[in-house]
Amino acid sequence: MTLAIRRLKACVAVIGGGPAGLAAAVAARNAGCGDVLLIERDRILGGILNQCIHDGFGLHTFGEALSGPEYAGRYISMFRERNIRSLEDTIVLSLAPASEGGLEILASSRAGLVAIDANAVILAMGCRERPRGAISIPGDRPSGVYTAGAAQNLVNLENIQIGKRVCILGSGDIGLIMARRMTLEGASVESVFEILPYSSGLPRNIQQCLNDYNIPLFLSTTVTKIHGRGRLEGVSVAQVGADRSPVPETERYVPCDTLLLSVGLIPENELSRMCGVEIDPVTSGAVVDDTFMTSVPGVFACGNVLHVHDLVDWVSVEAAQAGAFAAAYAAGSAPEAGIPVKPGDGVRYTLPQRVSGARDCTISLRVGAPWRDRSIVVRTPGSASEERRIIKRTKMVRLHPAEMIRVDLKAADFAGASGLEVCVE
Amino acid sequence: MPVNDTYTDVLIIGGGVVGCAIARELSRYRVRVALVEKELDVGFGTSSRNSGVMHAGFNYKPGSLRAKVDVRGNALMDDLCRDLGLKIKRIGKLTVALDEADVPTLNRLKEQGDANGVPGLEIIPPQTMQKLQKGVEGLMALHSPSSAIISPYALTIALAENAAANGATIRLGREVTEIRRPAAPGESFEVTTVSAEDGRKETFRAKVVVNSAGLFSDAVCRMAGITDYRIYPCRGEYYVLDKRLDGSLSTLVYQAPKPNAPGLGIHLTPTVDGNIIIGPSAEYIDGREDHACTADVMAALRKEGHDLLPSLRMSDFIRNFAGIRAKQTPPEVGGNLDFVIEDRKDVPGFVNLVGIESPGLTSAPAIAEMVRDMVAAHIPLAERDDFNPRSGRSPFFFSELPPDVRADMIAENPNYGEIICRCEQITKQEIIDAIKNPLGAKTLISIKYRARATMGRCQGGFCLPRITRILRDEFGWKPENFLLRSVRSPLYAGHVREDKGGDVR
Repeated sequence: MTLAIRRLKACVAVIGGGPAGLAAAVAARNAGCGDVLLIERDRILGGILNQCIHDGFGLHTFGEALSGPEYAGRYISMFRERNIRSLEDTIVLSLAPASEGGLEILASSRAGLVAIDANAVILAMGCRERPRGAISIPGDRPSGVYTAGAAQNLVNLENIQIGKRVCILGSGDIGLIMARRMTLEGASVESVFEILPYSSGLPRNIQQCLNDYNIPLFLSTTVTKIHGRGRLEGVSVAQVGADRSPVPETERYVPCDTLLLSVGLIPENELSRMCGVEIDPVTSGAVVDDTFMTSVPGVFACGNVLHVHDLVDWVSVEAAQAGAFAAAYAAGSAPEAGIPVKPGDGVRYTLPQRVSGARDCTISLRVGAPWRDRSIVVRTPGSASEERRIIKRTKMVRLHPAEMIRVDLKAADFAGASGLEVCVE
Repeated sequence: MPVNDTYTDVLIIGGGVVGCAIARELSRYRVRVALVEKELDVGFGTSSRNSGVMHAGFNYKPGSLRAKVDVRGNALMDDLCRDLGLKIKRIGKLTVALDEADVPTLNRLKEQGDANGVPGLEIIPPQTMQKLQKGVEGLMALHSPSSAIISPYALTIALAENAAANGATIRLGREVTEIRRPAAPGESFEVTTVSAEDGRKETFRAKVVVNSAGLFSDAVCRMAGITDYRIYPCRGEYYVLDKRLDGSLSTLVYQAPKPNAPGLGIHLTPTVDGNIIIGPSAEYIDGREDHACTADVMAALRKEGHDLLPSLRMSDFIRNFAGIRAKQTPPEVGGNLDFVIEDRKDVPGFVNLVGIESPGLTSAPAIAEMVRDMVAAHIPLAERDDFNPRSGRSPFFFSELPPDVRADMIAENPNYGEIICRCEQITKQEIIDAIKNPLGAKTLISIKYRARATMGRCQGGFCLPRITRILRDEFGWKPENFLLRSVRSPLYAGHVREDKGGDVR
């Protein structure tokens, strides 16, 4: 490479300055790493929280309801107080293990290309929205079809009104929040449609964003066709059967000029893949151990790039752990984690996928369907030579796929186990 | 309302790849050339909605126009792409015989191709097939090394922009509504057009009119009093796949064609920019602009994709599109008729192109040569000494350049350092270049076709707000100026709130 490419070094480099990256950087600094560098592609820190101007953030972390920018502001203050280095307006183009050990990042900004050598890297790139093509909605391709998050950006940050008569497909939290926002900004929100028999958004958002504004939510219903050669003119919707395919006789037409898609988030792991990180097909995020290290030594992951969270508070908690472990790794401690953790009956995924037994850990998981009055059971899988053993049983009044569940385990309880399995009983 | 009059020597109706190739070919000569296109950019019809394959030319009957212009067009394409700064990849094609019944078809295609002058055709055994494309199965295959891929919209745009740079007038958003034939020999055609944007009329007076209106070529014929032709629209749907799968295909693989099929069947085609597309289906429809995708065909394409590419995941499907073939045969007849490329004797000065479906993309430069010769029968064509065949553009996107070259370019121009489209790593300068295109096309799709922004896996979720910001802050666009594709497809409804002044914001 020529002299035109600036070179920097960092002990711990953090990719992404949203809630995960900020908390990870602060924690790495707190853990004694004096040489943390955070890279953020936007002009300011805070990530997607900057467009989340509604409140409800930080109930667990700060014991109060903050707006997205306020929540981000708390962490940005902690970040600045510690004089941690940051590169804003800088986007990472590539990440690879360096030939001389460690990792090399290539990033781009208006100031030029910069190559960064780091002992440890924390992936905190967040997630992106699933677009129309990924869910294959038939019909025309008019203007007026937006993903809910892009719409949120345009409305909240760019002062752009995207439409006046709105339907929303998908009852994920962003879709629910946008139903309320569009209503407050003078649009008529006709309906929210959800293909599943339950909402994938938080119950409090159903209440505060739909019910409070008299916006109907139709479950087991999906958009079957998009109409309009120029601007969107309407959508056909139909109820779906148990196999989630539309029932033709239930099809009806709903006029609208705007369709917002809130149909899922995809962890943004292009850099991770580029670097050779093993990806879990269920979470679409990295496979990690209980220090949040991925399959590539020195590369850690946290936040929505690891798995999509329900609450930012848990992102911060997870990222703080990842930050501390990354700092320890950069200082020379190499963790071993040999106990596999697997999802059992009723559980969609568990994270981390490997634990050591040397330290306490928290298992994050999501269930596959709504349940009432069940238990989350952590146990050893059992085999011919080893009797099945219950590690922990947690009674739950209500279990919902929209909510992430966290189970704390004491190292003493599972040290020496050949594996762990988490299931709903 | 006064009607604006424009005088020209040649008026080309239709800014698809064929019309743009004709405009560019005629811009070599000292002759006034104007092209009118009803859409807000060139290449918005069939020319941007196809597989992007340069066909070798063995599928067409010896002696036919299709055979002639395809083989000639294919041979012209390397120089043309070099001059215009476009990628072309000569990846070749395998036409595979799955069973004994296909073998005579392959032999016939080989003979036909040899007669047409297709270079390098060979029938090869399975071992050789496997070397060209891992995993391909079949009894044998016809290998055509001159089959290639290009970007069809990039070619169309580059032809139009180079024509404009050489003095041709390209008028976008003008639909032809009426054609008056010359009242007497030596007089001009009067072609009335209406603006899509403001409804204003403009009449073009031209000695020669070229009908390259594609799907609407029969309608343009009728305006000129020619009733011989009828177009039957036949839609082909496609899926676009994520770049993750780039490199899975090293050559084109088609099944041996079946008699009277309206197309060459569904297959996987790599694009020059690293996506794979699945398609096209073939379905006769009523609407000539009905580019909708349909549930049944989409499901069939997904299944086909999974069969042909087992590593395919649901998340790899990123977009659908559809194109429409301008066929001259109704569904009950099927198959294809030969291209119509004629200098009408009954309407002197009317050069007529009808039924230019596949392989129209490959043939475009050769059709342009034929049309040039027809025009020359009416207007003497003297070569200009200042014609510049080169666009001066690089075939590469900024992200495809080596890091040290990029670093130097950013040092010169910081806009190259700012990534606007995350998925395709498209820079701010590339967006600005696209907006400042010489044709004056200003839709979001125009930016997409020039800069690739919004074409990646997030389909604009990330870059749309950023592009909006650039257009607003640096080009002064208002919300109502943002159009997806046409004046009927506004992106935005206005501002959320107005600036009412006041001291505290």
